[in-house]
Amino acid sequence: MAVDFMYSEKVLEHFRNPRNMGEIEDADGVGDVGNPKCGDMMRITIKVDEATGTITDVKFKTFGCGAAIATSSMVTELVKGKSLQEALAVSNKTVVEQLGGLPPVKLHCSVLAEQGIVAAIQDYYAKHPEKTPPPELESKAQYLEKVDPHGWPDGDQ
Amino acid sequence: MQMMHVSDFVHGKTQDIIYLDHAATTKVDPEVFEAMVPHLQEEYGNPSSLYGLARRSRIKLEQARETVASFIGADASEIVFTGCGTEADNYVIKGTALAKGEQGRHIITSAIEHHAVLHPCQALEKQGFEVTYLPVDEYGLVSPEQVAEALRDDTILVTIMYANNEVGTIEPIAEIGAICRERGVWFHTDAVQAVGKIPVNVDELNVDMLALSAHKIYGPKGVGALYVRKGVRLPPLIDGGAQEEGRRGGTENVAGIVGLGKAIELLQRRGEEDNRREAALRDRLIAGITESISHCRLTGHPEQRLPNIASFVVQYVEGEGILLSLDMEGICASTGSACTSASLDPSHVLIAMGYSHTLAHGSLRLSVGRENTEEEIERVIELLPPIVQRLREMSPLWADARKRGEVT
Ligand SMILES: Cc1ncc(COP(=O)(O)O)c(C=O)c1O
Ligand code: FES
Repeated sequence: MAVDFMYSEKVLEHFRNPRNMGEIEDADGVGDVGNPKCGDMMRITIKVDEATGTITDVKFKTFGCGAAIATSSMVTELVKGKSLQEALAVSNKTVVEQLGGLPPVKLHCSVLAEQGIVAAIQDYYAKHPEKTPPPELESKAQYLEKVDPHGWPDGDQ
Repeated sequence: MQMMHVSDFVHGKTQDIIYLDHAATTKVDPEVFEAMVPHLQEEYGNPSSLYGLARRSRIKLEQARETVASFIGADASEIVFTGCGTEADNYVIKGTALAKGEQGRHIITSAIEHHAVLHPCQALEKQGFEVTYLPVDEYGLVSPEQVAEALRDDTILVTIMYANNEVGTIEPIAEIGAICRERGVWFHTDAVQAVGKIPVNVDELNVDMLALSAHKIYGPKGVGALYVRKGVRLPPLIDGGAQEEGRRGGTENVAGIVGLGKAIELLQRRGEEDNRREAALRDRLIAGITESISHCRLTGHPEQRLPNIASFVVQYVEGEGILLSLDMEGICASTGSACTSASLDPSHVLIAMGYSHTLAHGSLRLSVGRENTEEEIERVIELLPPIVQRLREMSPLWADARKRGEVT
């Protein structure tokens, strides 16, 4: 029987006990992304080691469904301790695989998780014009659905 | 609403659950079940056949028809059994289009109808019919004046629900019916949520057609009924045998229909008492939840609402997260969040009531029923605030609102 409308145990586990949840106050990069499909939002904050270019800390905040929370949690686990270039290589497909799959209708939520990381890295380079971003950044960033954190849909009323 | 229920995602335990989703469906009452069983076994005769075994089925079928009819103030000949509430609504809308499409091609409905009404209307629009979707106010009320203004010479049908399934608001059906009657336009009401909860009398409501469904009133799923006033000629939606006086082909679901009849008998016997009790539980839920959770408000009309539905929007959180968290505690509830709808659209009901997309995300519906206890309600009131708080701590919207000083 097809049970592809259900969440895997792994997804539920990440929903129950999300990793790296929160917001880094003095973040080196902030990625605010919104889901054009259902109107959800994610904020990824990263701390980057200047010398080595590795992500030493990463946190997320997510307003969205169980899959959005679980994919945010998983993506932060996957990029923590990685170089910025390695982090850019983490795709939503990897996130989904690591979570034991997602219902098809929920795949778009994992895209948001990938984009959150890309947006945070992009923000880091915007704040550090002296550094040369990895070539993949440009191509990945062009798919970003950027949101203005202060102009999020409907003024949250 | 295309509400998605959390057990779609998670295997909840069947024991120890607190079921607060009676507007979605109910458990078949043991007495209903007992009445049905013989018709799945030894009393299996086809009601259209001639011999004794069959005649006994026919008698039970007709008794159920009498019961349904008398409960809503109709004559038994005015009741057609259908495969569900959705079929009854489809029958009215498509049947009217077939019957009256030559006379006019305009239909009036509201923006907050169930998809069982909205989707057949949209299907007719593709066939060249024109549909007016009346707006509602912040409480989800349709105004009779707006119905009067929307009526045209080519209007063939007005269809407005008696009570809304997401927010529980009760519509002014008798007034709207009077207006339609005066203008000689057929008037249908989807009473699927209303039957058993508030008085339903087809004459007092001035309706020509009325749809109901068994599984919302402790009857089985897959059984509905449509009241069609004498003189209203609707061509069948399902063509086939001569069952239901030629109004709906197909061998009758005898066990299901007998179950519907028994479910209505139970409403006659205990409905008023149940409703009083449920209204008290609903009020406790509303008070307990809105008092203990900040930035959470009741949706729908504060007084003119079904006795069993407590519905809210909880700001800065998303409904599926609330449902998953509740399910982990064995509590069954519903939401109109975009994230739980297959189309990823937020509840059309809340949007029509003027709620923003973001607020509609945090919608939560708790609908009580016969078997709920005060202890269960207290447990939900105790468990919900920390669930919402945990989700808010995860929400960037909450963090920003806090930075702006809007919340503490
Ligand atoms: C207002 C309303 N109309 C129609 C229906 C459809 O009834 P059924 O599930 O029997 O098709 C429902 C319930 O889902 C409902 O709440
Ligand atoms: S965030 Fe809306 S569906 Fe996942």
